[in-house]
Amino acid sequence: MTAYVPIIVLGAIALGFAMFSIVAGALTGPRRYNRAKLDAYECGIEPTPQPVGGGRFPVKYYLTAMLFIIFDIEIVFLYPWAVYFDSLRIFGLVEMVLFIATLLVVYAYVWRRGGLDWD
Amino acid sequence: MSVFASPDVPGFGSDLPIPWWLLLVKAVAIFVFLVVMTLFAIWWERRVVARMQHRIGPNRVGPFGLLQSLADGVKLALKEDIIPKAADKVVFVLAPIISVTPAFMAFAVIPFGPEVSIFGHRTALQLTDLPVAVLYVLAVASVGIYGIVLAGWSSGSTYPLLGGLRSSAQMISYEVAMGLSFVGVFIYAGSMSTSQIVAAQTQYWYAILLAPSFVIYVVSMVGETNRAPFDLPEAEGELVGGFHTEYSSLKFALFFLAEYINMVTVSALATTLFLGGWHAPFGVTSFWAGANHGWWPIIWFVLKVLIALFVFIWLRGTLPRLRYDQFMRLGWKVLIPSSLGWLLLVATVRAVNAQYNLQSRDVLLYGGAGIVVILLLTFIPDLLATRPSEEPEGEPEWDAMAGGHPVPPMPGQSRPVLTGARASDDDDDLPTEDDT
Repeated sequence: MTAYVPIIVLGAIALGFAMFSIVAGALTGPRRYNRAKLDAYECGIEPTPQPVGGGRFPVKYYLTAMLFIIFDIEIVFLYPWAVYFDSLRIFGLVEMVLFIATLLVVYAYVWRRGGLDWD
Repeated sequence: MSVFASPDVPGFGSDLPIPWWLLLVKAVAIFVFLVVMTLFAIWWERRVVARMQHRIGPNRVGPFGLLQSLADGVKLALKEDIIPKAADKVVFVLAPIISVTPAFMAFAVIPFGPEVSIFGHRTALQLTDLPVAVLYVLAVASVGIYGIVLAGWSSGSTYPLLGGLRSSAQMISYEVAMGLSFVGVFIYAGSMSTSQIVAAQTQYWYAILLAPSFVIYVVSMVGETNRAPFDLPEAEGELVGGFHTEYSSLKFALFFLAEYINMVTVSALATTLFLGGWHAPFGVTSFWAGANHGWWPIIWFVLKVLIALFVFIWLRGTLPRLRYDQFMRLGWKVLIPSSLGWLLLVATVRAVNAQYNLQSRDVLLYGGAGIVVILLLTFIPDLLATRPSEEPEGEPEWDAMAGGHPVPPMPGQSRPVLTGARASDDDDDLPTEDDT
């Protein structure tokens, strides 16, 4: 695990810098109270009241997220195969073609049902 | 052979291979490099875009205006730090930290150069050399998306919410295409370690050998960093400023920093995976044998990163912003199928070559076949799209009251012949094509 120590060091430096910036920003800036300044920005008009628990948004974003998970898992399976490609040769290729073909059925179905369209 | 104990990766699996002070020097050097690159890239972008628009750009602060972005940073620090009333305070403050920290961390695995000697220690110009380096970059970059979506959600305002959602949907969509474009590189290099991928590119750069992968990567890296023409989360006309609308002072500066560091990171990744990493460009080694040794490779590395950054700026200066549905269509219906098709082609040709020992012509074969496949794939969206017929059949009946109130006919439209006694004598004041 020693190869990960430098990453943690770099992450600590970055984290320290980010926290320092946030604290510094709060200290160096002025502080002048103004009711309108603390309202949500809506181009100058009175802000629309938000429903409890945040605003509503299109359900399409969930669909995109689920599709992303499907394809991201596909990628996770592709990477080890790609790294050991030369030792797996034709056997690995056939296996992977079958796997990708299975996913392509899903992909074609989603496409056909309009899951990839963004109205 | 396990991936996690690969013996051919130097310095892996052993005890800490370098003294702690050297590690600290390297980490600080990467941090400083990224901050300086950000300050430089902002200045450079403003100068280049200004030239493209026949302006001069910032030229007052420092020589050629080089200190402009530093001055802007100081100005931001002196602005009021506003936390809106409706915001979720803890998440609102955490979001910029979550966004900027992974952006720095992703650079830990990028090789700047070969082994050099620093105060008597032989060490590679790379903070750490993981066997799964590229996977690590993808993973860390994904954590940065949390910062954006949390910033949008915690602001308690409509524009940031929509901007944050768009931004995250966009980044995850293009991450798929980006991830698929790497597979060809891994097949060729036989490794996910950045240093080994660079070492595998001494002869050919993968940008030439795997040109379609490179094109797909370049498109998706622009989408991944939310840059023009894919800067929909910050579409000023629709969403004010996107996810950082409610942020001010240094919190805003941190988001800006994260965006530019991500640009530098994807450029460095493009350099490492496709443009030969720190290797000198072709031809340089023929008259200068030492170009790939010692500290010199840093020059080539930085030069290639700057060229990639210039492409970003060039795109911003040239192309108009896409519509959101066009953008998602490009990602899901063009980039993903074409990269999968290309990947299968590469794999098939390489497996067949290895089986039957056809080594010589594969560069030519890949290049030609790849271009053909890409060209064929561009027809797919056209074939599937239902086009509106060019000529509407017959003259559509013009209805004067269609819009809810009476309107005169447009040129080319003709009024229907009115029936009734007064139709012929009261329409002399509206000339139509029939009158001429």
